Amino acid sequence: MQEGKPLNSKQVNRELLVSILNSPKWFFGALSVLGFIVLVAMSTAGFMINQGFGVTGLNRPVMWGFFITNFVFWIGISHAGVMLSAILRLSKAEWRRPATRAAEILTVFSLMTAMTMPLIHTGRPWRTVYWIYTMPFVPFDYARGIWPNIRSPLVWDPSAVYTYLTSSILFVMVALIPDFAVLRDRTTGISHRIYGMLAMGWQGNARQWKLQIIAGVLLSALILPVFVSVHSIVSWDFGMAVSVKSWHSTIFAPYFVVGAVHSGVSAVALVLIILRYIYGWQNYIRHEHIDALARLLIVVATGWFYFFVMEVLFGFYGREADEIAVRNFQFMVSPWNIWMMIFVGITYFVPVAIWLSRSMRRNLWIMSLACILVNIGMWLERFLIIVPGLARKQLLTFDWYTYRPSSVEWIIIIGTFALVSMLMLTIARVVPLIPLYDIKEGEILRTEIKIGRVTVPAVFRED
Amino acid sequence: MAKKPILGLFETADNAADAGDALKAAGVSPADYDFLTDTPYPEGAFGERPEPHKLYIFPFVGALIGLTVGIMLTSMTQMAYPLVQGGKPILSLPPMAVVTYESTMLTAIIFTIIGIIFESRLPAFKEGLYDTRITEGYIGVLVNVEESELTQTQTLLTQAGAIDVVLKAERISG
Repeated sequence: MQEGKPLNSKQVNRELLVSILNSPKWFFGALSVLGFIVLVAMSTAGFMINQGFGVTGLNRPVMWGFFITNFVFWIGISHAGVMLSAILRLSKAEWRRPATRAAEILTVFSLMTAMTMPLIHTGRPWRTVYWIYTMPFVPFDYARGIWPNIRSPLVWDPSAVYTYLTSSILFVMVALIPDFAVLRDRTTGISHRIYGMLAMGWQGNARQWKLQIIAGVLLSALILPVFVSVHSIVSWDFGMAVSVKSWHSTIFAPYFVVGAVHSGVSAVALVLIILRYIYGWQNYIRHEHIDALARLLIVVATGWFYFFVMEVLFGFYGREADEIAVRNFQFMVSPWNIWMMIFVGITYFVPVAIWLSRSMRRNLWIMSLACILVNIGMWLERFLIIVPGLARKQLLTFDWYTYRPSSVEWIIIIGTFALVSMLMLTIARVVPLIPLYDIKEGEILRTEIKIGRVTVPAVFRED
Repeated sequence: MAKKPILGLFETADNAADAGDALKAAGVSPADYDFLTDTPYPEGAFGERPEPHKLYIFPFVGALIGLTVGIMLTSMTQMAYPLVQGGKPILSLPPMAVVTYESTMLTAIIFTIIGIIFESRLPAFKEGLYDTRITEGYIGVLVNVEESELTQTQTLLTQAGAIDVVLKAERISG
């Protein structure tokens, strides 16, 4: 697939470095608006910490609400990056080229944002420091009278997330070295010095390129198992809990992983469409790329839907009283049943119907809408797993309760979306969100082949 | 006598490969010339020498260290907290497995990154011959020759199609 017109190196540099070398007029205005929303969210989180959890809608037995839903959602988004980048690199898919960098950076920022959620959710975030920093080789502070369950799956979670975060940052940084060299050669003054330091004296000789290519493949192979482990472990935060019947399911790990890929790849498609629009990258993020992502999403969405049906079917078929209570709550009690229908409709049926049509896949407005719907749906999915499970956690009906999020929670959640957008916008001012050398490599491998009476655009592929 | 660098800039891969052939024919050792590009060309496109490396050892060493650290961290933590939970043993393997797996993978990845940087001979903040036109798509052929052979090499590069030949060294980094 090579539908675009041929590009030379000078043009690639000029067009892809436009976000760094020539800031658009709207840049600081957009950054200020997003920064203001983040500031409001931070102040609200401060207010909540000062006042206590009473200002949220959390109450027994629903002690996990918007914050944990949002945590799982952002972890899910983070799965797009490395999954997309790693699998497409390993399979040498030609259409990966413009998508990998933005996907990897989205991974890093969504992971960082995700990790703020459990910290805020602790209510006293500073106390988490005591869990980690005490004395050498003893990670928990028993001496202070804190007696956490060190065998809990909740301990696995930070280890997996921080492994994934560190790996993703290193993965991005290594792939950025050649592009830092391009920036070093195109800047002056302090920028030149900083990019020079980051490029580490990169010259682009045969050895450096060979190592860079092997690095992409090797790191992809190493990060893929980490990526699978992260959302599996996030699902075990729920699945390992025997006390919440509807969560205690062996299918949760693959169900969560596929769901994460579904929301993540949709988010990447949306980010690419936005980048194409705001920076005029029509030559790089072409309709064929969005089309390919949409076709991939049909498979992912169907895989996810299969797991969803299995999860519900097994829940009903067992006919265990507490499991039935949860399913009854999800499917029969208003407004939860309405949310459930909306969630299934906008996560699977509407977007897949859109993606089945070639003209729809190539219409960027409709694709944006489909990707937004998927992400709203996937956010709802986590909410509809967490809250009904807890609302019907207890056997006796007098302990049943529901959950209504407060304005404090809404503001903090909106703030996380503004935070990720702000970070993406800021990083676009510092590093190229489309890898220059990857695009240039695609150009030197570009060719045309004649088959019968037609000439088809094609690309050479190395082993 | 110390060798001096000379850099020829070429517009096409064919011309750069021709320059490489001409250098080889002139008796220049393959270790004394290199090709500088702004994008990875297919291996052997310029007839360059093979570049052996030991990158694959790094993740294995890292994984081994991570595995050891993970086992030590999780087992020592459990031993330091000898409180029986649910009748399970103090040193319980399932909770150790996940954290140990993550530490193994993390250290393997960190060592791979170290390996990539080390094997790429980076950082390389040194005086060297470089030209910013390389990141505009020109292909640089960097040759190290005896001072007495500079003129002959310059002629050879020009004859192979170099659009410019650079002799003055500059600092590569900022």
